[in-house]
Amino acid sequence: MEINFTHHQSAHCENGVVSNLMKFNGFEVSEPMVFGIGSGLLFCYLPFIKVNHAPAFTYRSMPGFIFNRFAKRVGVKIKREKFSSPKQAKARLDENLKNNNPVGLQVGVYNLTYFPDEYRFHFNAHNLVVYGKENGNYLISDPVMETVTTLTESELEKVRFAKGALAPKGHMYYPIDFPKELQLEKAIVKGIKNTCKDMLAPVPIVGVKGIKLVAKQIRKWPKKKGIKVANHYLGQIVRMQEEIGTGGGGFRYIFAAFLQEASTVLKNEQLASMSKEMTEIGDLWRDFALDASRIYKNRSAKSDGYNDIATQLETIANREEVFFKKLKKVV
Amino acid sequence: MKKKDVPQDKSNLKSSGFKELCYAVNEKGEYITEKSSGWEPKTIALDNAMEDINERVAIAKEKVESNQASPIEYYMELAKMDLPILASYVGIWQWRVKRHFKPKRFTKLSNKVLQKYADVFEITIEQLKDINHGN
Repeated sequence: MEINFTHHQSAHCENGVVSNLMKFNGFEVSEPMVFGIGSGLLFCYLPFIKVNHAPAFTYRSMPGFIFNRFAKRVGVKIKREKFSSPKQAKARLDENLKNNNPVGLQVGVYNLTYFPDEYRFHFNAHNLVVYGKENGNYLISDPVMETVTTLTESELEKVRFAKGALAPKGHMYYPIDFPKELQLEKAIVKGIKNTCKDMLAPVPIVGVKGIKLVAKQIRKWPKKKGIKVANHYLGQIVRMQEEIGTGGGGFRYIFAAFLQEASTVLKNEQLASMSKEMTEIGDLWRDFALDASRIYKNRSAKSDGYNDIATQLETIANREEVFFKKLKKVV
Repeated sequence: MKKKDVPQDKSNLKSSGFKELCYAVNEKGEYITEKSSGWEPKTIALDNAMEDINERVAIAKEKVESNQASPIEYYMELAKMDLPILASYVGIWQWRVKRHFKPKRFTKLSNKVLQKYADVFEITIEQLKDINHGN
């Protein structure tokens, strides 16, 4: 059986799943809108969590948060289910598909066979939509892919029950209740306020403070950890910034797109100029990634590469600090 | 990022036949989406990560061959895992898994435990016992 579900490619998986599920239910919500209302933008440095033998960095909020906040702010109810037994997880999924209900799933990336090998790490916070089953194969709409694809029953079970940090445990979710009309205005303001609060949080590893801390660490890494490890860590920063589809800006471009859309909805000219500013900051992140990648490729013409990119990062942190303080007052 | 600046570099993404979506501004300053075939800094970062893994695998292999480590360590690296991930897949405490890295311990493991590891790595017990098996 196949549900009449339209696949739209998106830059990032969770926004994409939410946006696609909303569109399926008759609400035109763009990906940046989901990202912005769900306060997806963030920076967080997690030195105590090791991913691929390097500290974790994130440029967006925890998996699941974006959809939760988005749903709460626009008045959509979501049902979330986790399972201890794969059999039960499969039964519930099949039941939903039979009822013509496409569902979102949290999955591990490592066993997603349609991804190139370089992307297949033990990362468990990917999202996709299942919209049907044909000849025992599940029909998959993975929002970061250009087109739809399929997975066999055992393949899907494997990714739904991937282990390690953030293990999905068969996590399945779908919206069950909608408001008559989507009221975006208030939701947008809440989303923006929340993002400002997060980015300016008085916590050393979060937001602007987190960026500054990483800059400080980068200066120390070559001496403390040796060039090899320092380069590996730098690579991690870039790889996390560059989750599929962020265009190098570490989600800053998606946020800027959101601000632009928000300025039309709220008829607020200032938001449009804030959007431009965010685009510039995104460009700075891009430059940072470019220079960082040159260092670990040992092509840096500058001898003092690490200090250089640390300074770049500090500039970004200062720009973002000014930006979010201003943004808070605009809405 | 301007629309014309959306990177169209060669990447592994491209060789697998898909492009990613990016947000960029057009000439009028409006945000639009544009497909990207990949971006060099990202490709470098991914390649580096792969190189790093290959190196870890090679080191583990050497350790197994010189009897400093059990094949479990080698297969763990090959599957891009680390200790916590492997422990949660096999359902054995980390400190025990770590002990199974010792060649002496490994030879004493029961078939039941070996099967658990073999299942996780999707290989046979024979392959688990001999990393060059079948090559």
